[in-house]
Amino acid sequence: MTAVAKKKLRVATVSLAGCFGCHMSILDIDERLIELLEHIEFDRSPLTDIKTCGPCDIGIVEGGLCNAENVHVLREFRQNCRILVAMGACAVGGGLPAQRNHLDIRDCLQTVYLTGMGVQRGFIPNDPELPLPLDKVHPLHDVVKIDYFLPGCPPSADAIWKFLTDLLAGRTPSLGHGLLHYD
Amino acid sequence: MSDKLPQPAGLPIFLLDGHEIPFQPGQTVMQAALEAGFYIPHLCFHEEFKPHGSCKVCTVKVNGRTVASCTTAAAADLDVESETSELRDLRKTLVQFLFTEGNHFCPSCEQSGNCKLQAVAYELDVLSAHFNPIFPDRPLDASHPDVLLDFNRCILCELCIRASSEVDGKDVFALAGRGITKHLIVNAESGRLADTKLAVNDKAMSVCPVGVIQRKRRGFAVPIGQRTYDQKPISEVTISRLQGHPIGHAEDQEGDGR
Ligand code: SF4
Ligand code: SF4
Ligand code: FES
Repeated sequence: MTAVAKKKLRVATVSLAGCFGCHMSILDIDERLIELLEHIEFDRSPLTDIKTCGPCDIGIVEGGLCNAENVHVLREFRQNCRILVAMGACAVGGGLPAQRNHLDIRDCLQTVYLTGMGVQRGFIPNDPELPLPLDKVHPLHDVVKIDYFLPGCPPSADAIWKFLTDLLAGRTPSLGHGLLHYD
Repeated sequence: MSDKLPQPAGLPIFLLDGHEIPFQPGQTVMQAALEAGFYIPHLCFHEEFKPHGSCKVCTVKVNGRTVASCTTAAAADLDVESETSELRDLRKTLVQFLFTEGNHFCPSCEQSGNCKLQAVAYELDVLSAHFNPIFPDRPLDASHPDVLLDFNRCILCELCIRASSEVDGKDVFALAGRGITKHLIVNAESGRLADTKLAVNDKAMSVCPVGVIQRKRRGFAVPIGQRTYDQKPISEVTISRLQGHPIGHAEDQEGDGR
């Protein structure tokens, strides 16, 4: 191949109902980030602080869906990203936030904000700026088509690196034993 | 492809993916394959118990027909296919159903890393549950002083039922309901584990392939990431664990649960 300057792939990332642990794990790839930045540039991401997602090659979503805004952002990603990746246990299966799914949302809110231990003069937050919670937490594939799943809580830096380098090289990402973890 | 194994003279053989597998009369395809050092993924099969045939994760093709290898009797000259992409995909889907039906939050499960469902899923390269999750409501039973039951993870393999009745002689567990409502119950009038004779040294405490039957006050003795199937894939762990053990020979058929 001739040394034509290859166009960088545009990548967007976001954390929905997640803990940012997966994004921390992205940062954990350490100095390999520099190599990565020779091949990609970031669109919307906590790393750039760009607020809306434009046309992208790859969208990486951490966290599941626990409120209306999560669903809105996920749809924005799906519309704009050629390849959409669910990263981490919450995006893939709902994860820890989904452990409220067997509880009634009203009971949850009342217990946390009104009747729970140590709550004084509590009230259920109702600022119009706050997105409404969903009655259940959903994994991403419940709402949009997901192209690749990268499980782990969080996926290790090595797993993320293997996944991304496979994807950038045009291979189907394959983690294999030792990198594929659900925990 | 054929791979001659050192085999006791006179034993009949069948073919597993082209390998010659010797077997004792009375053995199943699964038993003979494992004894010969070939792993076939499985969940409800346990070498110390009579085959149960419910999970179908061990499905193979015998002379072109799909059957459960753990309940199919070995016979001379069978042509068994196991490691094909078709069968891998089928097993993968079955495993994904199991994740979909229950609540499997591996990061907060004490069984993670020692769990056969998870390890088989790793082996089959399952990256998500694929189907839309059901998120069933399955309350825990924490009534017993030493044991916690987390029904969210039960895959209905009946190993605890078999162990409790055949080995412990206590009949602590049973299944109730049908189809998607089928679930594990505790055999006590109150339905509570505290009102049974289950004790921590019972066989039923050690056979669950997933994380339902948990010993209390034992959490995280081994850190996540350093557990059995973190070290090696379940195919390797199973074969090295069973190496040199006769499995399902005639004199050993009663499922004595050693
Ligand atoms: S039982 Fe196994 S698959 Fe289920 S949550 Fe626990 S480790 Fe994960
Ligand atoms: S509790 Fe465990 S051993 Fe018992 S049926 Fe469920 S998965 Fe099987
Ligand atoms: S292992 Fe054969 S059906 Fe479960």
